[in-house]
Amino acid sequence: MKGRLLDQIMIMLGREPRKPETFTESAARIHLYKKTNKVDFEALKEHARAHRARVNSWRNRRWVVLILANLLFVFSFWLDIQILEGALTASRFVGFHMIDLNSALQVMLAHKHIIVNLLIGTVTIFILWMLLGGRTFCSWLCPYHLVAEWAESLHLRLVERKIVTDHIFHRGTRTVFWVLFSVLTFVTGYTVFETISPTGILSRALIYGPGLALGWIALLLLFEIFYSRRAWCRYVCPIGLTYGAVGILSPVRVLYRLEQCFHEGDCRKVCLVPHVLDVVIKGRSPDAEVPIGPDCTRCGLCVDTCPSGALTFNIKGLSKLL
Amino acid sequence: MSEADKPAAAGNLDSAPDSSAGAPAPRAAKGGSGKKPPLSEARRRENRRRFIRSALLATGVVGFSLLAYVPVVSAKGRRLRPPGALEEADFLASCIKCGQCVQVCPVEAIKLGDLVDGFGIGAPHIDAREQACDFSCDAVQCVLACPTGALVYSDKREPFLKMRDGVKLPDKPILKAKEKDADPRLEIRERIGVARLARPDACLAVQGKGLKGVARDGDFDGRMRYMDVDRWKPIRIQDHPYDLELCDLCVRECPIKDAIKLEPLTEGGGKRMVPKVLEGCVGCGVCEMICPVDAAAIVVDAQAEWKKS
Repeated sequence: MKGRLLDQIMIMLGREPRKPETFTESAARIHLYKKTNKVDFEALKEHARAHRARVNSWRNRRWVVLILANLLFVFSFWLDIQILEGALTASRFVGFHMIDLNSALQVMLAHKHIIVNLLIGTVTIFILWMLLGGRTFCSWLCPYHLVAEWAESLHLRLVERKIVTDHIFHRGTRTVFWVLFSVLTFVTGYTVFETISPTGILSRALIYGPGLALGWIALLLLFEIFYSRRAWCRYVCPIGLTYGAVGILSPVRVLYRLEQCFHEGDCRKVCLVPHVLDVVIKGRSPDAEVPIGPDCTRCGLCVDTCPSGALTFNIKGLSKLL
Repeated sequence: MSEADKPAAAGNLDSAPDSSAGAPAPRAAKGGSGKKPPLSEARRRENRRRFIRSALLATGVVGFSLLAYVPVVSAKGRRLRPPGALEEADFLASCIKCGQCVQVCPVEAIKLGDLVDGFGIGAPHIDAREQACDFSCDAVQCVLACPTGALVYSDKREPFLKMRDGVKLPDKPILKAKEKDADPRLEIRERIGVARLARPDACLAVQGKGLKGVARDGDFDGRMRYMDVDRWKPIRIQDHPYDLELCDLCVRECPIKDAIKLEPLTEGGGKRMVPKVLEGCVGCGVCEMICPVDAAAIVVDAQAEWKKS
């Protein structure tokens, strides 16, 4: 189990997923069953496919949360209701400091000084996202994630019509970016990443009004539509990696159940980070139940897509508790 | 465990699990497939391309982000920061670009930087001619709101933070509006700029002229607090006309005590006067905003030092 977590962390940092070397007894039994009972298995699969209803419930819930949270920022200022003041980089929720972890890290690296307020706000946010799942921030709160999701559907339509092709980058590039931006921030004394962060730019544009910086967002979206699917979130954004690290031990995760899986791969097609779903490939799951790794944004697209309920949201220890 | 004992190679998706897990797995048990098969030429080419693409992406994005240096090093782009701001380099390092200072300002003087500000994107500044800080919040609310101490009260300022000599005020400034309060002083001891009579010839006082009507015409939207109207409700400057024998708006409306005064012009005599900026000037920019001539005769030099003449 320990080894698997380390494996998932390495995969988050950029390593390609590998076929596991050992399998638990139950996993091996299920693998073998699927292999030796091909006819039954196919029949089950056909049955599931026939009864499958396309649902978007998790996506819709997520969009509502994301939009409402960002609107809460906007209205706190516009209507002066003062519930959530500030922007995504730093804010006060009914007076309590909330500081984005990546922004705080940058400010401290640039300023070379630990600011007490910042530390308080950071601890609050750290605990919040550690409990809720780290990169949950990305898909449930980041405004760029939402517009990128819309750009992605455009990209996929263009790919389908063979007008564009998706160019993939090495996933390790994001780790390189994380290190580069940290070093640059420390050396120059400026919050370098903040200058180009679409999360901060969009959040401020929503709250304080649009500016030229939206041109950069447009450029990024065009790049993602015509050249590389979800390039910013997949290969660049250090915020994602920071929150990924925060969510390593998070109890909220997507759980994979090998027994229910037909290995059709629909989940991997909709996933922002398909490497976390490597276990769903036939013969790859080391256990009968595998929690999906920390790079998962808990967006729920796979849960919506899975025709057989093999992927579900799950809270560690809660089922035992109940 | 020797290489040959390892289970089937990655990529062989259909292979069965390890035999040690309890189930028979003929192919894996036979061994021999332990070594990674050599990559095909096409695969290797794609890997190489992907690496080059990734390197280009990294160079491009980091290069773009470093373009943000340009506006920062060019001295032209000096911005007037909100009161209590640290020295520019420290300020830009510690500002988390959240805009909480914007939200608390009663006269909406604070604006955030855009792409043209480089590393100053999202950092607050004041365009004094459009809307200056007149301290109508009394307590310097923006400093209170700042979560990172980029704006900070003078007694909470960390000693290791640098400050140029000409930036330190001789004393905590006395706010005219608070003069009757128990403590009339502002909790800051650093100026954000210094006012300067940039175009003396255009100055109405220098010309000996008065002012009848509003200070700023057109559709000027700037606001200010007038103590004789309402201490807690700033009003539009357009809604506050004047009738003055000799224009003294920069002195009359300066929110700080002993920051500026009118001196008689010795030569020429008569009623001609000239505004003289004093060492108490904080650099708030009210004089620049209220100056009725266009462009303003008196301006604030952002981040300037006080020079004893």
